[in-house]
Amino acid sequence: MSHIAIRVENLSKQYKIAALRPHHDTLRDQLMGSLKSIFQRNGSPDQGESTIWALRDVSFEVKQGEIIGIIGRNGAGKSTLLKVLSRITEPTTGSAEIFGRVGSLLEVGTGFSRELSGRENIYLSGAILGMKKAEITRKFDEIVSFAEVERFIDTPVKHYSSGMYLRLAFAVAAHLEPEILLVDEVLAVGDASFQKKCLGKMEEVHKGGRTVFFVSHNMAAITSLCTRCLLIDGGRLVCSGSPESVIEEYLSKARTYAGIPISERKDRKGNGRVRFTNVSVLNERCEVVETVTSGQDISFSFEYESRDSETLDNAVVQIKFAGSLGQPLFACRSSASVREPLALVPGGRIVCKIPRLPLLAGVYTYTIWCTVGGIMEDFVSDVGKISVAEGDYFGTGKLPPNTLGDLLVAHTWSVE
Amino acid sequence: MEQTPESVQRILIQPSKGLFNFDLRELWQYNELLYFLVWKEVKVRYKQTIIGGAWAIIQPLLTMVIFTIIFGRLAKIPSDGMPYPVFTYTALLPWMLFAQALTRSGGSLVSNANLITKVYFPRLLVPLSAALAPIVDFIVSFLILLGMLAWYGIPPTLGILALPFFLALTLVTAISVNLWLAPINVKYRDVAHTLPFLSQIWMYASPVVYPLSMIPEKWQFLYSINPMVGVIEGFRWALLGKQSPNFMAMAISVIVVMALFLGGILYFKKMEQTFADVI
Repeated sequence: MSHIAIRVENLSKQYKIAALRPHHDTLRDQLMGSLKSIFQRNGSPDQGESTIWALRDVSFEVKQGEIIGIIGRNGAGKSTLLKVLSRITEPTTGSAEIFGRVGSLLEVGTGFSRELSGRENIYLSGAILGMKKAEITRKFDEIVSFAEVERFIDTPVKHYSSGMYLRLAFAVAAHLEPEILLVDEVLAVGDASFQKKCLGKMEEVHKGGRTVFFVSHNMAAITSLCTRCLLIDGGRLVCSGSPESVIEEYLSKARTYAGIPISERKDRKGNGRVRFTNVSVLNERCEVVETVTSGQDISFSFEYESRDSETLDNAVVQIKFAGSLGQPLFACRSSASVREPLALVPGGRIVCKIPRLPLLAGVYTYTIWCTVGGIMEDFVSDVGKISVAEGDYFGTGKLPPNTLGDLLVAHTWSVE
Repeated sequence: MEQTPESVQRILIQPSKGLFNFDLRELWQYNELLYFLVWKEVKVRYKQTIIGGAWAIIQPLLTMVIFTIIFGRLAKIPSDGMPYPVFTYTALLPWMLFAQALTRSGGSLVSNANLITKVYFPRLLVPLSAALAPIVDFIVSFLILLGMLAWYGIPPTLGILALPFFLALTLVTAISVNLWLAPINVKYRDVAHTLPFLSQIWMYASPVVYPLSMIPEKWQFLYSINPMVGVIEGFRWALLGKQSPNFMAMAISVIVVMALFLGGILYFKKMEQTFADVI
């Protein structure tokens, strides 16, 4: 069982991004742009055309029968790696060899057509994922019962509930039976029982001696499923090893990131019309603090600058907290908690007040983003960390043990 | 230890080099997917319409009626001695097949963006399936034509055996054009806006509403470079028993189409490497 299933050698992928230049969506713009650049060519490179390496010199081997988990922050290059291995996009340099029939599952419901019935979609999606017609016919009943959609099999899928749709889509993919399965975050969707089913199916695939290559943010799933884990950061393979050790490395990296001043963070996403320039945690008296206590009234202050000289209406800001295992705890999103969208004047400060901080003692990291009119403008993951010391959340001087979760909830008890 | 059994399929992923990396065998392996993609195009086309597939009959019939009134009656354009409705309908059949194949396949890569960014298969299948799907409409409207021929008492000739050739030429022409245009449309959506316009101009540059004989002799050679001229004349010859088409002109259009087709495949294969990144 030690045959090589995947061998990746010095794989790199470069993307061109037209960062500073305005959009070139139409041929005319492009032609004008080309003309201009011809006349401007005085040795200086075209400033608008910049490139990024989404993958850089990645090399590794996967043996047959392994379940490999890929972890890394958003934009680290995990999905690009999967896309290259699935042959959706070509590498810029380097090579990869895959031995065996590949099935890739980069989204649930690839090739589904909303107008077609469940039955028709099973055939269509199956064929797109690489199954033969005879094979689909053979597995048809199994797929339908796995998805639990027997009664609606001849209904157009646009009338399905989102749960049914997901189940059917995954059922088709789950019956693909490839020798090597490439999966991207599929388990992030669907309800708990469905996720359990998916995990079970992947375990089954593994028991059949097949190889699974699995990108996820779900550390629990990675730990329970994978035999080995790869950590990718900034397009490079940082380390590989047992899931526990690699996850530990990943989390300590996240904590290190949280120590870097926000102005020096280059790994952000978004268009950049708004950029966060400083983040600080304030106590009740609006003094900047490093450590807070459970139950304290605190605020987060985000200083930002804006490229526009006008006020940006319709902005949404979110701060998301993650625990010591990187697990999401809770998020404060302005569009959910306030009725009016935020209007950002050019350059200023956004303050998020959290009365009675509901966190037990520990170190937490947080991620922020800002959208304007639904378009991501700035996204900085693990932008900062906050140390919480024990505090008197309930006014009783006592707290529940922190083995039972990180969150505190205000509540009352009575006997009636 | 690193030996791998011979029976296992090996896939090598690396930056593609060379001009010609067209893998015909792989394309053939995906013939079932081509079938399913065509089947989907056909199935989805008339979903959620009241009269459904009847559109395939109404569109060419109504166009024929309008052309007969405007060009046949009002403008009194000659029709080589044929009843004008049959004359124009015979041309409309391959024309509509061509126009449908052209417009649908031109935008096909973009409308299937969700597939292209999520799963691997030979990208050629996308414009190919979009171009093949209108054949179903063609067959339906062809049956109407047979009815019309019987009504006007025009006996079929042996030339009818050549129809599959003209049919193939129509489709290959549409596909060839789109091997160029569909990849451009991935990057510049201008193509999608140009196509309906292009197909309209192209129709007036083809003998759909007027006979080839109206074109001055000295221009006919140049005119025949348009492959649809050969196709439409071929249809009229095969079905209406008109004088045999100009084989010289037809040979020219076949050569033009073949050059367009082969160049198009090279261009398409070159561009397909970046589809997923720019779509």
